[in-house]
Amino acid sequence: MNKKTRLLLKLAGYAGALILSLGVAAPHTAQAELRIDITRGVVEPLPIAITSFAGSGGREAQMGADISRVISADLERSGLFRPLDPRGFLQTPEQLRAGEPRYEDWRAAGAQALVAGNTTALGDGRTKVDFRLWDVAAGQYMQGLSYTATPDSWRRIAHIIADAIYKRLTGEDGYFDTRIVYVSESGPANNRLKRLAIMDQDGENHQFLTDGQSLVLTPRFSPTTQEITYMSYFNRRPRVYLFNIDTGRQEVLGDFPGMTFAPRFSPDGNRVVMSMAQNGNTDIYTLDLRTRRQTQLTDSPGIDTAPSYSPDGQRIVFESDRGGSQQLYIMGANGSGVKRLTFGEGRYGTPVWSPRGDLIAFTRQRGSSFAVGVIRPDGTGERILSEGFHVEGPTWAPNGRVIMFFKDLPAGNGRSAKLYSIDITGSNERRVITPLDASDPAWSPLIP
Amino acid sequence: MRVKFLSLLAAVALVAACETAPQDTGAGAATGANAAGSVRPGSQEDLVVNVGDRVFFGLDRYDLSPEARGTLDRQAQWLKSYPNVTVTMEGHADERGTREYNLALGERRANSVKNYLVAQGINSARVKVVSYGKERPAVLGSNEAAWAQNRRGVTVVD
Repeated sequence: MNKKTRLLLKLAGYAGALILSLGVAAPHTAQAELRIDITRGVVEPLPIAITSFAGSGGREAQMGADISRVISADLERSGLFRPLDPRGFLQTPEQLRAGEPRYEDWRAAGAQALVAGNTTALGDGRTKVDFRLWDVAAGQYMQGLSYTATPDSWRRIAHIIADAIYKRLTGEDGYFDTRIVYVSESGPANNRLKRLAIMDQDGENHQFLTDGQSLVLTPRFSPTTQEITYMSYFNRRPRVYLFNIDTGRQEVLGDFPGMTFAPRFSPDGNRVVMSMAQNGNTDIYTLDLRTRRQTQLTDSPGIDTAPSYSPDGQRIVFESDRGGSQQLYIMGANGSGVKRLTFGEGRYGTPVWSPRGDLIAFTRQRGSSFAVGVIRPDGTGERILSEGFHVEGPTWAPNGRVIMFFKDLPAGNGRSAKLYSIDITGSNERRVITPLDASDPAWSPLIP
Repeated sequence: MRVKFLSLLAAVALVAACETAPQDTGAGAATGANAAGSVRPGSQEDLVVNVGDRVFFGLDRYDLSPEARGTLDRQAQWLKSYPNVTVTMEGHADERGTREYNLALGERRANSVKNYLVAQGINSARVKVVSYGKERPAVLGSNEAAWAQNRRGVTVVD
């Protein structure tokens, strides 16, 4: 109980304390500007100099150093940037504060882009953080922004600045100011302890949301990021639940006679689509969260499950074995016009529609090998991103450029599950560090 | 050839089960071996030792083999001897499937078992079903012998 209250305070502070106070427009320029093309696998990450943010006092200086460290780590992890070693920097943060950078010095240090910033205590308990971004090669100022927040929000400010830099240099929204909800695993494989856990996308601010007394599976964020829908075996009765992060309240969703599972929110957050299994048959239903009305969408005698909405809410991709083996299908949001999507060799499951709408991620099982891949909603362009003994359960970063999934590897006589992220170009596969074993990741939208 | 190979695997699976989890064995293997001692009639232990508490399924299958039907015939007789006993039918899948699909498959298997018992005259109100998908393997290990033991329906006395 105590634990829960603490978590609430922390998360409430998280949502409320940050105020974007000022934007400084970048000057227009006719010159071809610094730009990373993220539609291709990046051969050479962009060398970027991220200086320690200068602080007005000891505490601000420390915060400034912490902020630049988090920005560097975010950008480096994306695989698109190569933050340079600060020991090669010839200008101090204080010198950069004064005015234009000495571009030739930064070129000599190998930088193509330069980031500097300041942290200033405002006297009312809040701190102002501003940053500036320069195109070193062209010798041009690109962008500057300023944020005001309580000092304990410094991590979020760092992620927001990293998102701003990512967006300015790639033209796409970033994904660093986001969180991951997932299933933390521990204990023996035949009696696995599974708990819901939540953390920032870089693994920080880790919290357990449930105590492990009930088996929990497949958590997914609402569009507001303040609610999670998931499946729990509370009282040995497997049902879909709603977890409110603000209040800590959990409630069962709907009044279904059979097991409900595989839940996901509609893009507007007003409905949860899920499966219900009864008498050996699994169909897809929606529950309207306002009216609590249940609507049946599929009616095949087979297994219809793992539904996921298109970002416009008009269509649903799901898996079904109605054709003999597990394959992906797309239907209208009201269940009409079912069309088969995958015809490849093997079994296809766990489809997830990209937030951009252009791709659907899936798990493919072929022989003794599992793979995570993507396919266009028209059935073309199927590509495998990661393959192995057991990889499963993709989830999208909100910009639709990165996927997170889990690998379940045999370890001794048991198993070991870990989270990984990978660029949709298939490059930059990385372990996502969690305190214990981890599965069923779900990436939040950008935090509002 | 294929049939022979599968039955060989089944034999391996039973041996593996005896080695790693004797309390989890199917009917044939357990009967006799543990029959001695004080087992309370109508209990889970009674079911495990004297009847067999579980049946096994083929890969991505939920139909009942002749061996499974034999076990379930004995379970039906046993349930008729203890009319106050109610049970929960657990459906399980091996790890070689995606999470949601395996939940649905486990539910199919549990219902397959339930329907057979009901057809043998057991009141359906006495049999609940629950699927655990791939969440609760009986046997550890990532090999065909372990998977064969984990694709199962288990009758649990409430």
